[in-house]
Amino acid sequence: MNIGFSAADEQFRQQVAQWMQQHLSGDFAPLRFRGGPGDEDFAPALRKAWEQELAKGGWIGAGWAQEHGGRGLSINRQVIFFEEYARAGGPGRMGHIGEGLVGPTLAVFGTSDQQQRFLPPILAGQDFWCQGYSEPGAGSDLSNIKTRARLDSDSGQWLISGQKVWTSLAHEADWCFVLARTETGSVGHRGLSFLLVPMQQSGIKVQPIRQLTGSCEFNEVFFDQATTSADNLIGQPGDGWKIAMALLGFERGVSTLGQQMQFQNELDEVVLIAKSNGAAQDPLLRQRIAQAWSGLRVLRYNSLRMLSGVQDGSLRPEATIYKLAWSSWHVELGKLAMDVLGPEAELLAGGPYELTRLQALFLYTRADTIYGGSSEIQRNIIAERALGMPREAR
Amino acid sequence: MELALSDEQQMIQSSAERFLAQVASSAEVRAAMASEQGYNPVTWARIAGELYWPALAIPEAYGGLGLGFVEVCLLQEQLGRRLLPSAFYATCCLALPALLMSRNEPLKAHWLPLIAAGEVTASLAYASASRWDDTAVQVYAQSCTGGYRLNGQYLHVIDGADCDLLIIAARTPGSVGEAGIRLFAISADTPGLARHCQPTLDQTRRIATVTLTDVQLQDVHLLSEPGQGWPMLRDVLRIACIGLAAEQTGGAQQSLNMTLDYINGREQFGRRIASFQAIKHRCADLMLEIECARSASYYAACIADQCLNIDGDPAAQQQLGEAAATAKIHASEGFFHCAAESIQMHGGVGFTWEYDPHLYFKRARASEQLLGSPAFHREQLAKQIFGELS
Repeated sequence: MNIGFSAADEQFRQQVAQWMQQHLSGDFAPLRFRGGPGDEDFAPALRKAWEQELAKGGWIGAGWAQEHGGRGLSINRQVIFFEEYARAGGPGRMGHIGEGLVGPTLAVFGTSDQQQRFLPPILAGQDFWCQGYSEPGAGSDLSNIKTRARLDSDSGQWLISGQKVWTSLAHEADWCFVLARTETGSVGHRGLSFLLVPMQQSGIKVQPIRQLTGSCEFNEVFFDQATTSADNLIGQPGDGWKIAMALLGFERGVSTLGQQMQFQNELDEVVLIAKSNGAAQDPLLRQRIAQAWSGLRVLRYNSLRMLSGVQDGSLRPEATIYKLAWSSWHVELGKLAMDVLGPEAELLAGGPYELTRLQALFLYTRADTIYGGSSEIQRNIIAERALGMPREAR
Repeated sequence: MELALSDEQQMIQSSAERFLAQVASSAEVRAAMASEQGYNPVTWARIAGELYWPALAIPEAYGGLGLGFVEVCLLQEQLGRRLLPSAFYATCCLALPALLMSRNEPLKAHWLPLIAAGEVTASLAYASASRWDDTAVQVYAQSCTGGYRLNGQYLHVIDGADCDLLIIAARTPGSVGEAGIRLFAISADTPGLARHCQPTLDQTRRIATVTLTDVQLQDVHLLSEPGQGWPMLRDVLRIACIGLAAEQTGGAQQSLNMTLDYINGREQFGRRIASFQAIKHRCADLMLEIECARSASYYAACIADQCLNIDGDPAAQQQLGEAAATAKIHASEGFFHCAAESIQMHGGVGFTWEYDPHLYFKRARASEQLLGSPAFHREQLAKQIFGELS
């Protein structure tokens, strides 16, 4: 075990910090510390331009293998990049679904034609993606998917009909990866396929969902005979579930370290307020702030352990705790922020429903323990996969 | 940056696991805790003489194996799983760090080879009040001709009645707080030193009081440099917390393992009780806490290792307080929760003397308080977060 970074890695850290300082300025300055969870509808056009700026710096797909157009950065350097990005106040990424989920999935399951077609525009910050998994009847029970896709032999196109829900950034996306039922009469995780579908077409309607935060980051997406070309199927028909699950595995990679730097920024703000409004003298709040502080350290140590010795993206059983750990921590931070603010917490930044950053944090963290597998589903996963306990009836 | 065990470390871990499965069964632990000495001297002789565990973190120049504190923590974790009563914790986590940090060469050259050879066990005595910070140091060292005269009583001395060497803290009369503290290393048979073992709630670890009456010491016994007594003791206590956190992690893991074995065998309503979601979710929460405790204690062990190593990274020193507090908080709360849930999930038999959950529950309680409760360590962290440290 070794807790330090090499001198060369530290030098790399300087380069990243310098690049961020130089480029996250001028026209991009308003993006600093914006666009994160709870603030995802902030300045989408400018944030897309920022993605192209990142691309020019070679920072998109920096961890991808060189054969796929990436830089093949080591895990350590990816960690450093995400840390420095967040430290500098780098805005919430518009391209993270393409970079973090679609890219790694195509690298494993895509044909070389598909890789050549889809990877370069992701690396260039030009194509933006959204995820078509959840449906009204397929939340925690994700395999209960009803959206159907059928290959029309005349047109050589897949025809897709159904409804997806909780689709982040659907209104800003060029492409959606859709989990759809392609085998008539199939149930559960059999008979599903993984399709890449262009968003700009008459068969797709995007309807924003207003959240309890007042803002609209999620959407309903309606497919009515939407089309995509036959060669936009990833893997074989029926491989959908396997690919969808592998993709979720990519979600828990090195970007977690960047997420924690963002958490640190939030915690720093809470500490600053506590110092200025006297909450720092309250013994109970001191205890809770210290607990949050040490809890965030532990999240970091968990991630370092998870990533250590992992070069292929596969994770050990201990990694199953990750989502439950961070979402439980974050939801507590949201509550703590409000308690530190006291009665002030009730006053909005402006009308009609403009939230302060910490109010947005407080409200948005209620989603953390639900999306991407609720805490209850996480506990099932830990109990069954890591502890080998009997499986739920499915 | 690498927070994974090396091949050699994995070997140390698995051989310790195998050895302890043989010598530290429930029956062995219960026999040891009921014995007069409180441990099995034959087992300790094997640990010291065949496995060389006390020699592990001692530099080769002093007759040790030249490994580090990470390895000590790996052993602590395994010892914690079995609750084996032994002198290892007091010797290697309380006393040894003080000796390793000291610049008193003759003193080190005398004691370290004896510890490495397994001929001497040791402990640390510093608190005269039921607190864990500098204000607890209330034994006084009066300057006198040829040295110091010490008077007072130490409480909560781990394995203090049985050890051969004591690291003690004493302060100059009239001094308060962090000033005026000195650390000495003395033989337990020094004239004027009396020890008394106290019956304890957790019977797997013995606690003693140590009384000093006109004990005469000289500069040769001094471990700390002038003015450096408290910083040294503070760091020793932090490192001791880290070693304890590793042990607590092991105890927490074994509480869960034991519980899983039981609930996978126990049937009610015609099904294994492990199949109930109410049970599964609680076990998932316990695993989460254990992994958090393990991550925190591994990281802290690396920091401690750097701090004890002459060629270590100086930046580690800055992180020692935070890393120790974090490890101690999460391991204490994790272990207690696991042990308490273990009793509950065992149901009626969990409340019996015959089944083991109570042994872990009592150890968890004792360790949670030892060297400062989670609330104490959170307050230490709060001082750092709010920039209130001097």
